[in-house]
Amino acid sequence: MLEITNLSHVYGGGSPNAHHAIEGLNLSVAAGELLCIVGPSGCGKSTLLRSIAGLITPTGGQIKVEGDLVRQTPDNLAVVFQDYSRSLFPWMSVADNVALPLRRKNMDKKARREAAHEALESVGLAGAERKYPFQLSGGMQQRVAIARALAYRPSLMLMDEPFGSVDAQTREDLEDLVLKVRGHHRMTIVLITHDIDESVYVGDRVVVLSKAPAHVVGDLKVDLPGPRDQITTREHPDFVHLRAEVGRLVRGHAAAA
Amino acid sequence: MKATAEVATRAAIARRDSVARRKGVRTAAFRWLVLVVLILVWETVTRVLGSAFFPPPSMIVVRMYTMWFSGPPSTLFLTDPAIEHILPSLGRMAAGFAGGALAGVVLGLAVGLSARAYDYLDGVLQFLRAIPPPALITVFLVVFGFGLKAQLAFIMFSIVWPVLLNTADGARSVEPLHLQTCQVFRLTRAERLRRVILPSTLPKMFAGLRLAVSLSLIVMVFSELLPGTTDGIGFQLTFAKSQSDLTAMWAGIVLLGVLGYLLNELFLVVERRVLGWHHAAQQLTE
Repeated sequence: MLEITNLSHVYGGGSPNAHHAIEGLNLSVAAGELLCIVGPSGCGKSTLLRSIAGLITPTGGQIKVEGDLVRQTPDNLAVVFQDYSRSLFPWMSVADNVALPLRRKNMDKKARREAAHEALESVGLAGAERKYPFQLSGGMQQRVAIARALAYRPSLMLMDEPFGSVDAQTREDLEDLVLKVRGHHRMTIVLITHDIDESVYVGDRVVVLSKAPAHVVGDLKVDLPGPRDQITTREHPDFVHLRAEVGRLVRGHAAAA
Repeated sequence: MKATAEVATRAAIARRDSVARRKGVRTAAFRWLVLVVLILVWETVTRVLGSAFFPPPSMIVVRMYTMWFSGPPSTLFLTDPAIEHILPSLGRMAAGFAGGALAGVVLGLAVGLSARAYDYLDGVLQFLRAIPPPALITVFLVVFGFGLKAQLAFIMFSIVWPVLLNTADGARSVEPLHLQTCQVFRLTRAERLRRVILPSTLPKMFAGLRLAVSLSLIVMVFSELLPGTTDGIGFQLTFAKSQSDLTAMWAGIVLLGVLGYLLNELFLVVERRVLGWHHAAQQLTE
């Protein structure tokens, strides 16, 4: 599904204060997997995501999505950004926000509206179609952004610290939402986070990045009994063990550098 | 738990709104009071002084009524002089505004969307904007001769700059994450322009248009003060002055003030409709 080989990216290459964000990063993600990427803050996680999304051209290495080299944004890829308030369009109703990307999908107006409705329903926002983003709470706005990505029916969904700007309770709700929609839609999800617990709770697999320049320092399979639950999963011995291991990997490399 | 929190927030918002509304009513009452007091002071001072150059406002209003608004119902109570002078002025202003605003929006988008065009042209545009339009009136008269064409060209030239520069500024400052979202969902250029860039530009564009509205009234009157003009509010002003009819002159001045006020209010109504999302979102972040 996603193949990253020997990826590197340098900001301001050539100048004395060039910043090596990524160096020699290799990663492959299987179709249908939910991969969480964790790493210390400022380690180049977002650079990695932007490279996969085709928003920036990495200075070295290559990224393939479904076998095709990424030059611009791949066809069936959607992104949920951290900053929902600036990624949703404030002049459009919630339904129009969700339906906008469907314009290039050869769907007529009615089909687009139905798809938007369905996506909003699946994130628990049925009935909010005619509201505007500013009328919704932060968590609800991020649900709209998720609905927009879902309606688009991507085969790969990238989430860039999607729950970084919401409160703890909403954060747990949204984590469960991702697990739920993931069961309904068959797609690959790559979720970037700096929250170690979240990566273990949500992911099938957790990849730990080093401090910048980022490369993979840990790759763990998460084998927790499902369905996951905010209380019981988090007290499961395997969960406790895994989060400790991920934490050690994140911290160890943050301290060593 | 969450539901009660939501109810509480709603109640807080409702409370805040009602407080704001009461405050608004009081402000409006005070505003009228100030206006009434000022007019009374004006009336008293002019009556005490008794100068022919400064007729009291009551006389000016009566004159405005007899001169312009005492016509038959068939012409919406407009008199012949009103039809002959006020309507051409408004027509000039509307045509000049429409032409200048359209040119400003189109050129502003073109300049704002190309970083290179903006870098190259910014200085030139600031220079052109800085020229006081009346200084160029002779140029327009030489090119177009006396009459309507020169007047319209003059009004358009005067108002195009605030619209152009504000629109360009707006088109340049589109939220980067909005553009990245467009890129991720692979919107076409046309969709991106129409559904994302244009709406993002609207708040600044409207700031420019609002300047243009007040400016168009000013330059419209100025263009009617020129020789070769035979109608318009500006023409009536010069004519009244040449006849030493000071009350008629003051009537023209007051009419222009009222027109300026009404046009601004009208503009605000339109802006509130078009930019409702913007104001609401801004209030929330304050």
